[in-house]
Amino acid sequence: MIVPLLYYIALSSALFAIGVIGVLIRRNAIIIFMCIEMMLNAVNLSLVGFADHYQAIDGQMFVFFVMTVAAAEVAVGLALIVAIFRNKATVNVDELNLMKW
Amino acid sequence: MIEYVWLVPLVPILGFLFNGLLGKRVPKWLVSLVGCSVIGISFLIVILIFLEYLKLPADAKPVEVVVYNWISSGNFNALAAFLVDPLSLIMMLVVSGVSFIIHIYSVGYMHDDEGYPRYFSFLNLFVFAMLVLVSANNFLLMFVGWEGVGLCSYLLIGFWYEKQSASDAGKKAFVVNRIGDFGFLLGIFLIFWTFNTINFREVFSIAGTNFEVGSLVITAITLLLFVGATGKSAQLPLYVWLPDAMEGPTPVSALIHAATMVTAGVYMVARCSALYVLAPVSLTVVAIVGAATAIMSASIGLAQNDIKRVLAYSTVSQLGYMFLACGVGAFAAGIFHLMTHAFFKALLFLGSGSVIHALSGEQDMRHMGDLKKHLPITYWTFIMATLAIAGIFPFAGFFSKDEILYKSLVDGHILYWMIAAAAAFMTAFYMFRLIFMTFHGESRVKPEVLHHVHESPPVMTLPLIALAVLSTIGGFVGIPIIEGANVFHEFLAPAIVHVHRPEIHYPISFEVFMMVVSVIIALLGINTAYRMYIKRPELPQLVTEKIPLLYDLIYHKYYVDELYAATVVNPIKMGSDFLWKGVDEKVVDGAVNGSAGLVEWLSYHIRKLETGYVQNYALAILIGVFIIAGYYLGR
Repeated sequence: MIVPLLYYIALSSALFAIGVIGVLIRRNAIIIFMCIEMMLNAVNLSLVGFADHYQAIDGQMFVFFVMTVAAAEVAVGLALIVAIFRNKATVNVDELNLMKW
Repeated sequence: MIEYVWLVPLVPILGFLFNGLLGKRVPKWLVSLVGCSVIGISFLIVILIFLEYLKLPADAKPVEVVVYNWISSGNFNALAAFLVDPLSLIMMLVVSGVSFIIHIYSVGYMHDDEGYPRYFSFLNLFVFAMLVLVSANNFLLMFVGWEGVGLCSYLLIGFWYEKQSASDAGKKAFVVNRIGDFGFLLGIFLIFWTFNTINFREVFSIAGTNFEVGSLVITAITLLLFVGATGKSAQLPLYVWLPDAMEGPTPVSALIHAATMVTAGVYMVARCSALYVLAPVSLTVVAIVGAATAIMSASIGLAQNDIKRVLAYSTVSQLGYMFLACGVGAFAAGIFHLMTHAFFKALLFLGSGSVIHALSGEQDMRHMGDLKKHLPITYWTFIMATLAIAGIFPFAGFFSKDEILYKSLVDGHILYWMIAAAAAFMTAFYMFRLIFMTFHGESRVKPEVLHHVHESPPVMTLPLIALAVLSTIGGFVGIPIIEGANVFHEFLAPAIVHVHRPEIHYPISFEVFMMVVSVIIALLGINTAYRMYIKRPELPQLVTEKIPLLYDLIYHKYYVDELYAATVVNPIKMGSDFLWKGVDEKVVDGAVNGSAGLVEWLSYHIRKLETGYVQNYALAILIGVFIIAGYYLGR
């Protein structure tokens, strides 16, 4: 069964949009982090879909790279969040505004 | 020995380095020993060079000693090289000799001063610069010495810099000299532009062969050089710094502001005689400026009460004589007077220093009088110097002054002679006024000072005696009339170019008659002073009341300082004030501060975008992505 490309793109866009909205409106750093993962995976999905549609292997290879990067990013990101929590006893991003003017 | 002429200026600078760097750490006697002996050594070397020079065959003269190539750029070449010729030898002898005597005197005079090592290091530096000035073989090296003596003059006038008036006087001297130096520098530029060389002998030989009498460029050069001379030698209109320079220690006044530095201008004009004879206009200017300065400053000297200021105006006036001599083409007479003046004026200043020393710093002649019995050596040496400056036979000043008077009559104009004779009368008058007010009459010394009045120590009186001897016999090297007796002129002749004039021979009786006249003029001046200040001491008061306007004018030095303040100094100050407060503070600083303010204002508002919330930044990124994507899609 061939899934039409449009489905891929629709799901990918939806996931990506949900991710973006989550990043923009949630306050919990861990949730924001998970939303970023969701955006990455939305992109992965579209890459796989295109790879299938064009019968080109490049897209799928790209996905592995993205997953590797995502894994590394998770390791660093979670470590950061843990460190912040130890210092501030919170992961609410509204309270993490050290960069403010 | 001649090839070691570079040692002459070098030795004093070693003294400068020693006293300047180590002076505070070594005992005082060592400072004095080094300070004086370097000048003594330098003097000895000059004497040896002089003796050797006399023995040289005529074709080996003059000698140029090249030390090294100082600047070489394109066709411009400046050597660090010295010229040994009669003129520079005479100057070196006078400078190092008088300096040596004054250095020894300073040991006594400055003994209790805190800045003793500093004083000697500056004085040594001065001698170095002065010797470079007189022995250089090109205009640029001469200019180095010229500026060096100016610097030392500034440093030593402001030696007691805690005193406001002293540091002001130093600044005034420096600024006024700078105006003259600017002219001198332009003159050097013009010389190089015209002759492609700055070596004295090359310039003079090219000028002699390639340029006509009255040539415009030569006239311009000589006038510019003379501007430099008016600054350094305190001539009209730039003489105003010299009277104020008396704020410095008295030996400094004697050395720098009477005997040596201020005569640099005369030396320079005589050195450039080859150029001046090609420019009759410049010669006339020199003569007029000299004569005007002589009469004007002599008349100011009539009414001054500060003992050093009288001598200062007298110096300006005598320098005027020297320029008058140069202006009528009698360069040798100018140099002769320069030499005798160095002796007797140095002696006068040192004598006045001895008086001031004895009176614990009192300089006002109205608080002196009857010091003859307290200061016998000072008195008698002072008398000799005064007779010399007044021009009484057979003291040194007689020969040189009489020669200038005579030359200004026969080579110049009867007007020059009348002005010079009037100035000579005034000179005799104010000098004896000074003697009578200081040493004779009733004592007006303040009682608290009177107890300590004492003759100076031998270290100060011996230099006085040495200079008194020179002031007495120094004129005999230039005996007029008798054929072959004027060794000074004969010796100097190769270094001087004379104006080409039809030779007119005047009978000897005329020359003798003029001598008698000049002595009579001097005696008249002395007699007038005697009547006014010894016989009828109430007379000066009466005279003052009779001609209040004239007296006021003279007493206030013709209001020249006020005139300069109103016409030059204050407008410049106002202009500077405007540039400072108007242009600099408002426009320049305003532009800088304004742009900073603008940036600050903008930042104040823009920084509010930096909320510190990570999600705001994410939103900004998203918007950016939409814009870029929208742009590519909509294209």
